[in-house]
Amino acid sequence: MALRSFRGGVHPREHKELTEHKALQVMPPPAEICVPLGQHLGKPANPLVKKGDRVRQGQVLAEASGFISAPVHSPVGGTVVKKTKGPVVGGTTAELLVIQPGPAPAPEAGAPVAIADDGPIFLPPLDPRSVSGKDVVDRVREAGIVGQGGAAFPTAVKLSPPPDKPIDWMIVNGAECEPYLTRDYRLMLERTADLVEGILLIGTALGAKVNLGIGIENNKPAAIRAMREAIAARGARIEVFTLRTKYPQGGEKMLIDAALGRRVPPGELPMAVGCVIQNVGTALAIRDAVVLGDVPRAATLTVSGLGVVEPKNLRVTIGTPLRAVLEYCGGVRPNARRVVVGGPMMGFAAYSLDAPVVKATSGILVLSDAEVAANPESACVNCGKCVAACPVGLMPTRLARLARLRRDEEARDLGIEVCMECGTCAFTCPANIPLVQYVRLGKKNVRNLPRKEA
Amino acid sequence: MDALLVYSLLTMGGLGVFFSAALAIADKKLRVEEDPRIGLAVEVLPGANCGACGFAGCNAYAEAVVTAGAGINRCPVGGQGAIDGLALIMGVEATTAVKHVVRLMCRGTASLAREKAHYDGPTSCAVQDLVSGGAKACQWGCLGGGDCVSVCTFGALEMGPDGLPVVYEDLCMACAACVTACPRDLFELHPVTREFFVFCKNHDDPKTAKDVCEVACTGCTICARNSEGAITMVENLAVIDHEKINPAIIPIEKCKTRAIGWLHPQPEPAAVGAAGGSAGATTED
Repeated sequence: MALRSFRGGVHPREHKELTEHKALQVMPPPAEICVPLGQHLGKPANPLVKKGDRVRQGQVLAEASGFISAPVHSPVGGTVVKKTKGPVVGGTTAELLVIQPGPAPAPEAGAPVAIADDGPIFLPPLDPRSVSGKDVVDRVREAGIVGQGGAAFPTAVKLSPPPDKPIDWMIVNGAECEPYLTRDYRLMLERTADLVEGILLIGTALGAKVNLGIGIENNKPAAIRAMREAIAARGARIEVFTLRTKYPQGGEKMLIDAALGRRVPPGELPMAVGCVIQNVGTALAIRDAVVLGDVPRAATLTVSGLGVVEPKNLRVTIGTPLRAVLEYCGGVRPNARRVVVGGPMMGFAAYSLDAPVVKATSGILVLSDAEVAANPESACVNCGKCVAACPVGLMPTRLARLARLRRDEEARDLGIEVCMECGTCAFTCPANIPLVQYVRLGKKNVRNLPRKEA
Repeated sequence: MDALLVYSLLTMGGLGVFFSAALAIADKKLRVEEDPRIGLAVEVLPGANCGACGFAGCNAYAEAVVTAGAGINRCPVGGQGAIDGLALIMGVEATTAVKHVVRLMCRGTASLAREKAHYDGPTSCAVQDLVSGGAKACQWGCLGGGDCVSVCTFGALEMGPDGLPVVYEDLCMACAACVTACPRDLFELHPVTREFFVFCKNHDDPKTAKDVCEVACTGCTICARNSEGAITMVENLAVIDHEKINPAIIPIEKCKTRAIGWLHPQPEPAAVGAAGGSAGATTED
């Protein structure tokens, strides 16, 4: 049988050999962590603690400030040093809570002895076999779980589809199509049984009728085998989709096309074709929140690239500065040129190593001279490679040209807003045109256009 | 004579007579009287079609002046010449045009404003602004990508050696294309004689502002407190009310970052006032 996949796409060099054989390690928290209040798509959370406060591990630091928002919990027990503005990944500054991990200071001599409980706070564990769907969604919201796939969309919102959009498939995204990243792969190998439980819990949240599946690319045969065995051992009904390795298979719409052959209409969400996609990391976070009562305190991520001394797969305390993570991996080599947070295709170059790891951080890549080397931009030769590769069927070269010329209406009519900025076009471009940047500019200009009369 | 030649001549000649008659009739029957003044008005306008008047181009503006009574002083490119011409055509009194030029409200040159990272993407300011806010640590200042230079149809802007665009005020026609193009809104239109400004748009808190640029307005309020109400503080930035300001009373020497001051060095700060500008206008380039 031909392997499933989607239309278009590319297959960049994987570079997964740097870390795929390395088991997950837990990195101890550094001397000081900076926890951003906005770690998700949507409104930042409202802080509930102030400077000097003693916080317990798992305590709510900031509460959700709307439907599309998520609370932030303290990753450690410690003391709030200050609330400040600092650099975050993505190039801006944001509100951060600086926390010094450590035990409570010893009470002063003569002070009344009143040692409050200082241990970690957990939510009450629920029984995964008898829990109701509503309880799962409430727990996900309470625990502040956000999508681990990159956009950090609050997961509880995704698990609450409107009643007029029936969901019949929930697929966990184990594609991990970005080069270098091996975190989902390690999670599938090392926490297979937990992942199966997480998938079943998401099924519970979405209702009994939903079909469950997991999509894995065929460059991860060990993960496919492990998942099949664990599903059989549990006696669960979860389909494993083996997908032909291609970028951007982990995009929601690509994954649905690859696994089920359904096309999500432009501008619509996966629920329009009855699907919900969740990341491997998200499914595990849901499992931990329900079964253990745990909240997201650490991010599982891959540190890789030829510019870092010792590439690793790590569990890093949320709020740990990138600098501390890189030091834990032996530091950077002299040929290191650029630090990218996320995957090489869609990640952001970090301008400050003081930016902290957040809930949805999936990788930290230290790219060397050789890896970032690029030819200078030249004129478009109209070869059409970007058009053939675009997974959402756009004409990137034309859109970039229209964006540069500020012909925004035409760009809108050609569907520029459908672009998800996956970078496939720029990857294939023989003229080295930074197509994504121009299309992003065009999208911004189109957003500012007066709304078209319906 | 060859019959073919005769027939051809007759056919072509006949067609010619027929169509000229048709055209002559159409000219009489379908004539639209156009105000001859519109043509004259187009003649006195510069023909740059820049849109600075707010109309689609010179023709549209000329029509608006003649038929809709639009103001005759709306063409900054044509300046006084255009106003005089339009006044003559329309039989109204000519008003005086004050030449306006654009001024860049940022002095954060490459050596004074800190870079937060090396940027090697597309140079366009609009693109830089979208990618992590560009290379400059100041999120309000000039990105130096030259989007303003590329939209200027009059050659009045050029990228200077220090990473900031230079305005050639005698070439600037105040069409405001650069004002629209700048993603950070750093250009302002001012009368050419106005030379006293706060050369900064940074709204950061004082500590951040000082950190990102040596010539940022840090919001210390010294100028505002001594301005008799002509300078207001808007989120850590001093904003001048140019109608009220008396530059002579502002202690600009107390501005530690030199964010407020004169466009050109003033010979005697006390004696300037309305005459400001004559001193340094020739040193612009």
